Amino acid sequence: MLNKVNKPKLVVIGNGMAGIRTVELLLDRAPDLYDITVFGSEPYGNYNRILLSPVLAGEKTVDDIMLNTEQWYDDNGITLRKGEMIEMIDRRTCEVVTKEGARVPYDRLLIATGSNPIMLPLPGKDLPGVIGFRDIQDVEHMVQASTSYKNAVVIGGGLLGLEAANGLMKRGMTVTVVHLLDTLMERQLDQVAGGLLRKSLEERGMVFKMPAQTEAILGTDRVTGVRFADGEELPADLVVMAVGIRPNFELARKAGLHCERGIVVSDTMQTYDGRIYAVGECVQHRRQTYGLVAPLFDQAKVCANHLAMKGFATYDGSVVSTKLKVTGIDLFSAGDFAPGADKEEIVMQDASRGVYKRIILRDKKIVGAVLYGDTIDGPWYFQHLRDGTDVSHMRERLVFGAANLGDGGHSGNNSVAAMSDDTEICGCNGVCKGTIVKAISEKKLFTIDDVRAHTKASSSCGSCTGLVEQVLAFTLGGDYSAAPKVKPMCACTDHSHDDARRVIVENGLKTIPDVMKFMDWKTANGCHSCRPALNYYLLATWPGEYRDDQQSRYINERVHANIQKDGTYSVVPRMWGGVTTPDELRAIADVADKFNIPTVKVTGGQRIDLLGVKKEDLPAVWADLNAAGMVSGHAYAKGLRTVKTCVGSEWCRFGTQDSTGLGVKLEKFMWGSWTPAKVKLAVSGCPRNCAEATCKDVGVVCVDSGYEIHFAGAAGLHIKGTEFLTKVATEEETLEIIAALTQLYREQGWYLERMYKWCDRIGLDAIRKQVVDDVANRKALFSRFAHSQQFSQSDPWAARAQRGVDRNEFTPLAELELA
Amino acid sequence: MTKWIEIGTLNDIPVLGSRVVRTASGDIAVFRTSDDEVFALDDRCPHKGGPLSQGIVHNKRVTCPLHNFVIELKSGTAVAPDEGCTRAHPTKVENGVVWLSVQTAVAVPAE
Ligand SMILES: Cc1cc2nc3c(=O)[nH]c(=O)nc-3n(C[C@H](O)[C@H](O)[C@H](O)COP(=O)(O)OP(=O)(O)OC[C@H]3O[C@@H](n4cnc5c(N)ncnc54)[C@H](O)[C@@H]3O)c2cc1C
Ligand code: SF4
Ligand code: SF4
Ligand code: FES
Repeated sequence: MLNKVNKPKLVVIGNGMAGIRTVELLLDRAPDLYDITVFGSEPYGNYNRILLSPVLAGEKTVDDIMLNTEQWYDDNGITLRKGEMIEMIDRRTCEVVTKEGARVPYDRLLIATGSNPIMLPLPGKDLPGVIGFRDIQDVEHMVQASTSYKNAVVIGGGLLGLEAANGLMKRGMTVTVVHLLDTLMERQLDQVAGGLLRKSLEERGMVFKMPAQTEAILGTDRVTGVRFADGEELPADLVVMAVGIRPNFELARKAGLHCERGIVVSDTMQTYDGRIYAVGECVQHRRQTYGLVAPLFDQAKVCANHLAMKGFATYDGSVVSTKLKVTGIDLFSAGDFAPGADKEEIVMQDASRGVYKRIILRDKKIVGAVLYGDTIDGPWYFQHLRDGTDVSHMRERLVFGAANLGDGGHSGNNSVAAMSDDTEICGCNGVCKGTIVKAISEKKLFTIDDVRAHTKASSSCGSCTGLVEQVLAFTLGGDYSAAPKVKPMCACTDHSHDDARRVIVENGLKTIPDVMKFMDWKTANGCHSCRPALNYYLLATWPGEYRDDQQSRYINERVHANIQKDGTYSVVPRMWGGVTTPDELRAIADVADKFNIPTVKVTGGQRIDLLGVKKEDLPAVWADLNAAGMVSGHAYAKGLRTVKTCVGSEWCRFGTQDSTGLGVKLEKFMWGSWTPAKVKLAVSGCPRNCAEATCKDVGVVCVDSGYEIHFAGAAGLHIKGTEFLTKVATEEETLEIIAALTQLYREQGWYLERMYKWCDRIGLDAIRKQVVDDVANRKALFSRFAHSQQFSQSDPWAARAQRGVDRNEFTPLAELELA
Repeated sequence: MTKWIEIGTLNDIPVLGSRVVRTASGDIAVFRTSDDEVFALDDRCPHKGGPLSQGIVHNKRVTCPLHNFVIELKSGTAVAPDEGCTRAHPTKVENGVVWLSVQTAVAVPAE
């Protein structure tokens, strides 16, 4: 309590979704920084406004939608003054004044007053029975009306109007929706989708009057009807106006803060008065106002960061997507779908199934999507839209969705809605749908990160992320595509991989602690996910200069062998191009005997794997293998692994070129290079492709007239054939282009992002331009690659076995005899 | 009564790293944090017995190298959503020397 007196005071006006989200995040980041007071004009704790529609429809209760109970405010030492309205902000004295005249001082003020429903200035608008649709009180009002009256008119055929109409209909009223235009939800849907929506709502009994302009609301003591411009009148006992919202910034304007269509804020969510922040529907940021939660949550994050004195994050605006929460109607829309000369469209319409999909592309990227009837792929399109993925290589199949692109079978090709609770969603962690749904509803989770943190789903290989997003969207019913425009690296930071790479280069940062400090990391030493990434970025940016940080390496790279399930290791010596000799084979056999190695196995990449080596034996095993001339095969590395070859022209009757020889050259030139994720190569001597070069990160297929270079294939979690990069005449060019390509990947790839994913993100054409067309650039890339190879081509096995580097890794600290 | 055993010096353990102490009833992993605190846990992850000494240390936690369980160094408990606990042993550092007090109860084998 004493303590409280000394803390700066944070006052929050508005107990809604954006304001409290900011407070939650602030508590996360700086739990004890402020003495917090929250004012809310509504008489409740904090609830999920989005779910008012299901409450109205009788699918949920008010209790179901509470996000934070009063207990939560207590537990966190927050003073909640519910049912109290702030009437004035006194910036001279730094106080807020309540309607009752109480004054409360602030050091920092957060305005999150949301918006108000627009009430058309029609005669009769103040009659009892005419309401908006915004808060619990409105819902109670509507529920009440439905028990004693019959006819309802909803003015406005947008998202909110239709949800209100659906709810009232479910409560037994006869509902007419009046809309000014001839397309429903015109801001989210095109005409075709709007038409389909209208048809299915009509089938459920909703009546539409559109286009139609309301002229007056009739009645004396209570509303009795509505009159339109064309003279028609409709009986009505309840009129719901859902024609739009207006940011609620009166308070701020009166206090002299700069406002336009909303309270104008900077990228750090500050108003023109630096002590006063604003988030949510009441703000205007870079000319935009928002009316959906996803962007508001992005804002909350930045604001919380800044309030916590971690000032690096900025808000750059959001792209939004929408879903209509009317049970049984699947509708999804995102981005920009207005027609335009520079845009292309892919449309699929299946009238008998009631399915309509329209994907809008610009510059090979998805910029908008409208889905009706089958919205399973909504999150998938949205992801590509946000990431700005080059989708040209999947253009023909794009409209069929994620399930129709090749992969190892883990992506969502099933409707999550139809899945039973025990369907496994995350194969890595064995998490079922039911577990995820339960966590989302019980723990009030909003984002994919929350779900990861609470259930582990999608926290390992990530191939089920799309599915988990669908479960999230489906469980919450609302629009929760809350992933920010840029994906943070991990929970330790709000910054993306690209941010980190850029900041390292621009600011010449050379150690992990420097990067973390500069970028306001939220944790002291990061975690197992960001530290290895930063270590790689520094290594790739400053070759020869940066000192590798062992403790930020996964164990495999730290000890240069693969850890196995029982804690033993496996060792793979390099066999250049897959070629070996009787001497090498003898040495391997001797090592296996000498160290009692239980399993000797041939790998998929033409190497020999010695499995089950004890950690303390590793240096001795390496010493023996080194003695026979073998070096580490980097089978553990996020780096160059193997170059697989066929026998080619030297032996094969079909061979056109010396594929084995080229494979050996490539491997000798490229070994030791660290890359964002593993890199595997193959060289085939003719199009029969015995080395399976067309499912590798980089593959060469030799033909009579030269060498075809392919890349961006994969044969793991996802199965993907390579993309054709170019064809060249000589081995020298082949080598140069492959090294340049690898260097570009090294410089642009996100840590753990395989080459095929990087290619998806950057685009085939952009890559081809840089490594094939622009010769000067290719040469520059090549020389950067060659430069960094100087420092990386030393055998880690030799260093540890012969020179005793990191010796203490392999020996116990002490051996105790215990009684 | 706590019986302290000297196991080495602080400098023998890398910062944000760990070393193993062999005992007849199984390995003990000794960790050093970035601010030179030292913690000791049975070197067996509560999940499937992974060697925690081989994990990445961050703050006062270690991530198991096998399936990424995150374990609190102080208590040995897994960070939610994971569940489980591995045994923690008291440690102290005096004048750069690390002392360990081994709990004498028999190690419970992981499933
Ligand atoms: C029925 C409905 C369905 C919706 N469905 C979706 C959807 O599916 N997807 C989606 O993304 N979004 C949806 N939205 C929009 C979403 O709810 C809003 O974008 C979000 O709630 C805005 O958050 P906010 O914090 O800015 O405002 P609010 O949540 O409205 O919070 C503002 C709070 O400030 C209080 N307040 C205002 N002035 C004062 C004052 N002077 N003193 C004290 N307190 C004050 C208000 O009482 C209110 O509680 C829906 C909205 C409604 C109404
Ligand atoms: S790819 Fe062609 S050259 Fe190589 S082994 Fe097969 S058939 Fe022979
Ligand atoms: S596929 Fe790879 S990761 Fe999976 S079990 Fe086999 S070796 Fe292990
Ligand atoms: S054994 Fe440690 S996470 Fe599985």
